[in-house]
Amino acid sequence: MKIKDYVGIGIVMAAVAVAPKLVGNEYYLGVLIFAALNCLTCTGLCLLMGYAGQISIGHGAFIAVGAYTSAVLTTKLGWSPWTAMGCGVILAAGIAVFMGLPTMRLKGHYLAMATLGFASIIHIVAVAAVDVTGGPSGITGIPRLQLFGFVLNSDTRNFYFYWGIVVAGLLLAVNLIHSRVGRGLQAIHGSEDAAASLGVNIAVDKIKVLVLSAVYASISGSLYAHYVLFIDPGPFDVMHSVLLVTMVAVGGLHNIWGAFSGALLLSLLPEGLSFLSEYLQTFDIRYRTDYDTLIYGGILLLIMLFLPEGLFEGLSRLLKTVFSLRRKWGGGLARHAE
Amino acid sequence: MPNSILRLENLRKKFGGVVAVDDLNLVFNKGEVTALIGPNGAGKTTVFNLITGFVKPTAGTILFKDIRLNHKKPHAIAALGIGRTFQNVQVFSNMTVLENVMVGRHLRSRNGMLMSAFLPPMLRREENRIRASAQERLVLLGLDRYAHLPAGSLPLGNQRMLEIARALALEPTLLFLDEPASGLNARETMAMGELIHKIKSMNITVILVEHDMELVMDISDRVAVINFGRLIAQGTPKEVQLNPDVINAYLGT
Repeated sequence: MKIKDYVGIGIVMAAVAVAPKLVGNEYYLGVLIFAALNCLTCTGLCLLMGYAGQISIGHGAFIAVGAYTSAVLTTKLGWSPWTAMGCGVILAAGIAVFMGLPTMRLKGHYLAMATLGFASIIHIVAVAAVDVTGGPSGITGIPRLQLFGFVLNSDTRNFYFYWGIVVAGLLLAVNLIHSRVGRGLQAIHGSEDAAASLGVNIAVDKIKVLVLSAVYASISGSLYAHYVLFIDPGPFDVMHSVLLVTMVAVGGLHNIWGAFSGALLLSLLPEGLSFLSEYLQTFDIRYRTDYDTLIYGGILLLIMLFLPEGLFEGLSRLLKTVFSLRRKWGGGLARHAE
Repeated sequence: MPNSILRLENLRKKFGGVVAVDDLNLVFNKGEVTALIGPNGAGKTTVFNLITGFVKPTAGTILFKDIRLNHKKPHAIAALGIGRTFQNVQVFSNMTVLENVMVGRHLRSRNGMLMSAFLPPMLRREENRIRASAQERLVLLGLDRYAHLPAGSLPLGNQRMLEIARALALEPTLLFLDEPASGLNARETMAMGELIHKIKSMNITVILVEHDMELVMDISDRVAVINFGRLIAQGTPKEVQLNPDVINAYLGT
């Protein structure tokens, strides 16, 4: 299992290395950078939801915490982006502990409810606290990131740096999954009572994994702010949190690669749909962007009905079946030929 | 005189108005197999849950060696070397058989989240040790050929064995088995009996709840009978079988 995961990371690295050459177009490079941010958040969310079995439907709020902390501290106080990012991480982690302490002692969906409430609160704060967040008009003039005096001022540079962070995030997550801590988290998901009877401190471990996934989201938020250079409350509404859960569920909750591919797929889907709408236009069929929601819903429905383990594991299971059938049939045919 | 490993003193548990365990006084001897029997609803599983920290006692004391277990959390009780299985099997069906047993080694290493995420090469030797000792437990219980299957795919008998393998990985000195033979066929029940003998020979004190009387009488050194949360008899299997109160409790008057 472990080797497969490292091979997966190798494949991602190779794809990242060649992608800018293949894409060539700045616009699509930008799409892939946004995809990287979703992949990073969903990797953390998958550790929380898929491995530890704790549901958060407000993870967009942790992204907002990272993004706004970075934006406010760099524009209003002139702090370095890295320090600001660190502050975002600390703040997100603190909020996660604060939410985890009361909810993680309980079984059931209390965390889901708390995170949902938190997501709406953060959105309201972003809109209403005009003095700090700029309200609906947001914060402009966020500086670009600099790496050892090297300004990330082109999409290619940003692409490599952001995907580098995604790869690092995946690597850390994979390491964690295959460790004592990761097994403890999966045990909590399997049976809290049994996990506790083997010495897993379930309350503490659940809070730790919530903090970890909040940190992933917060970093992703800071990176978003430093890429777009402008933030407003728009992208941080509750629907974005729901979309993140959809990404993880579509790809497959129980597998970090499932969450990763789900995030990648649903990030690229709007582009696919715009191709579709252009194509349909040649037949004089009008496609409206409102239909996107319908298509998202349809995809989620179909996957939950037919591939409940998610696209990644569902498709690999299908492929396995097809291959074994082919071997059977192929063997039969060969015998016939003799 | 065998020395005691676990003492229950005036242990009491009320669920709302229902007294599940009623001033129970019991002493369990080190190195013995003790069976806790009684009709359905007698409070046997509640006693297990009280001792292993899943349920808090209303009154009384639980003493393991000389440590008070009242109000300790389940994971802290596990850390004292007390393992258990569950009446309705609770294997981690999202993990493989081997990984299930590896969770049993949780307390044998200390590495936290940061160490695990950032420095896995430092942990490789320890991981190998954990894997090897989990594998040993699987061999002991004859589950090694299923090591890489999802635990949920095993038949019930093997899932019960897996729960025991997992609890043994904890290296307990005291092991609670909650109805280890329930749902097992005759052949599997016999294998379970042999296994419990084997566990006893590993110097592990075993306390079990079981309804299969043939198995209970075969493997137990001592039997304690409870009814309505009260101790009504205890002694060797023979003594208990002849006790009129026990016959009464089981057959009614």
